[in-house]
Amino acid sequence: MFSQFDFDVIQRSLPFLWQGMLFSLGLTLLAMVGGIVLGTVLALMRLSPYKIISMPAGGYVNLLRATPLILVIFWFYFLLPILMKKITGNPYATGLGPFYSALITFTLFEAAYYCEIIRAGIQSVPRGQVGAAYALGLTYPQAMAQVVLPQAFRNMIPILLTQSIILFQDTSLVYVVGLTDFMGAAAKTAQRDGRLVEMYLFAALVYFMLCFGASYVVKRLQARYNVGRI
Amino acid sequence: MIEMKNVSKWYGKFQVLKNCATKVGRGEVVVVCGPSGSGKSTLIKCVNGLEPFQQGEITVENISVGAPATDLPKLRSRIGMVFQNFELFPHMKVIDNINLAQIKVLNRSPEAAREKSISLLKRVGLEAQAEKHPGQLSGGQQQRVAIARALAMDPIAMLFDEPTSALDPEMINEVLDVMTELAKEGMTMMVVTHEMGFASRVAHRVVFMDAGEIVEDAKKEDFFGKPRSERAQHFLSKILHH
Repeated sequence: MFSQFDFDVIQRSLPFLWQGMLFSLGLTLLAMVGGIVLGTVLALMRLSPYKIISMPAGGYVNLLRATPLILVIFWFYFLLPILMKKITGNPYATGLGPFYSALITFTLFEAAYYCEIIRAGIQSVPRGQVGAAYALGLTYPQAMAQVVLPQAFRNMIPILLTQSIILFQDTSLVYVVGLTDFMGAAAKTAQRDGRLVEMYLFAALVYFMLCFGASYVVKRLQARYNVGRI
Repeated sequence: MIEMKNVSKWYGKFQVLKNCATKVGRGEVVVVCGPSGSGKSTLIKCVNGLEPFQQGEITVENISVGAPATDLPKLRSRIGMVFQNFELFPHMKVIDNINLAQIKVLNRSPEAAREKSISLLKRVGLEAQAEKHPGQLSGGQQQRVAIARALAMDPIAMLFDEPTSALDPEMINEVLDVMTELAKEGMTMMVVTHEMGFASRVAHRVVFMDAGEIVEDAKKEDFFGKPRSERAQHFLSKILHH
C-alpha cells in the first residue's frame, strides 16, 4: 500500500527539518529555564502569608491556567504590536519578532504550570526543616536557597521534566503564527511537495520517539531518586 | 539570661500558653517537663521566636524576642536549638550541615568553619562520619550531629526540644551523655524532656507544665523530693514508676 508514497521527501528535506528541530529544542530549553525561574518566584509569592503578595501571583496563575495556549500565542504575536502602537503612539512600533514573542509566550504560560508544581514541591519539605534553618540564624532567602529549594527541586525533578516534555509538544503550536519549528518545517515541506501523509507520519514518529524516550529517562530517574532517601 | 514574663499564646481561640513566667540564669540547666500537649515545646520555641506569642515578654540577654525591631536571625544565631526529629538537612553531608550557618551567618571562611566542625564532630565522637549524609546515620548519631551543628555557632544558650523522644532506647544515653557533658562545662540550657533521670542528675531547676500553665518551678531537690502541686505529684508517680 506504500507503493504510491514517496518517503524520499524526508531525506530530501532533512536539513530543513533539522533546522526546525533545533528551533523547537531551543525554544523548549529556554522556555523551560525561564518558566522554572519565573515559576519559582511565583510559587514563593503564592506561599507568602501576606495577601498583597500571594494574591497577584494566585490571580496570574489561575488566569493563565484557564486560558488556551493558542490564544496566548495569538495575543503576543498579533495583538501585542497593535497594543504597542496604541500605547506608544508610534505607528512603526512592532512586536518582538517571532522567536522572542514565542519565547516570552511560552515562558509566561509555562511558568503558571511550573509554579503549581514547585509550590507543591516546597510544601513537601517538612516544616521542621525551615524551623531548623531559622534556628541557626539563617534569613528567609538563605533558608529557601540553602535548605528548602534544593530539597524541593530534588523531589520535583521527575514531574518538572514531565511538564517540560509537554512543553516540547506544545511548542509545535507556534507553527500557527508561521514560525518554522519542527512541526512548521514538516508542514511546509508537506504542502510544497504534496506529501502530506508521509511528512505527518514522519513528524508523528519523531515526536513520539523523542517524548517516549524522554519519559523513559524520567522514569529511570524517578526510580533512582527514590532509592537511598530517608 | 532568658527571662519570660506573662507569656500567653493562642491558636485561634485555644490558649496554649497561659501567663508563663520563668527565668534561666547563666550556666543554669532548667528542665521543662509535663504531660504531652501541655505546651512545653511551644514554650521553648517561643524563646528563639520560632513560635510567635501574643502577650507577655521574653528577653534573651535583655533583647526582647517579640519586639518588631529585634533582628531575629541574629538573635537566633546566638541560641542553639536541638529538635525532636533532629532536622538535619538531608541533602547535605554531615560536615556541610555543620559548616552551613558558620559560613552563611557568621561569615567564617570555609577553612575555619571546617576546622571548627571537625573538632565538634570529634567531641561528639563522630569525626569518621563527616563525609556521610544524615540518612546513613543512626538516630542517636544524627542527634549528636545536630548538637554539634548548634554548638558550631558558639551559642550563649542551648534549647533542647525533646531531644531523645524520637530515639530508640539504646541510643538515648549517647545523646544524654553529650548533653550532660555540656551542662558540666557550664552551658546555659533549657531542656524539654521526659528523661527524669537526666533531670535529677543534671538539672538545677525543674519547671512543670500542665495545660499551658507553669504549675511548678522549683529547685531540682524540691521538685523530686516533694512537689507542692498535686498535678506534679501525679505526673511524677506515673513517670517514675514504670
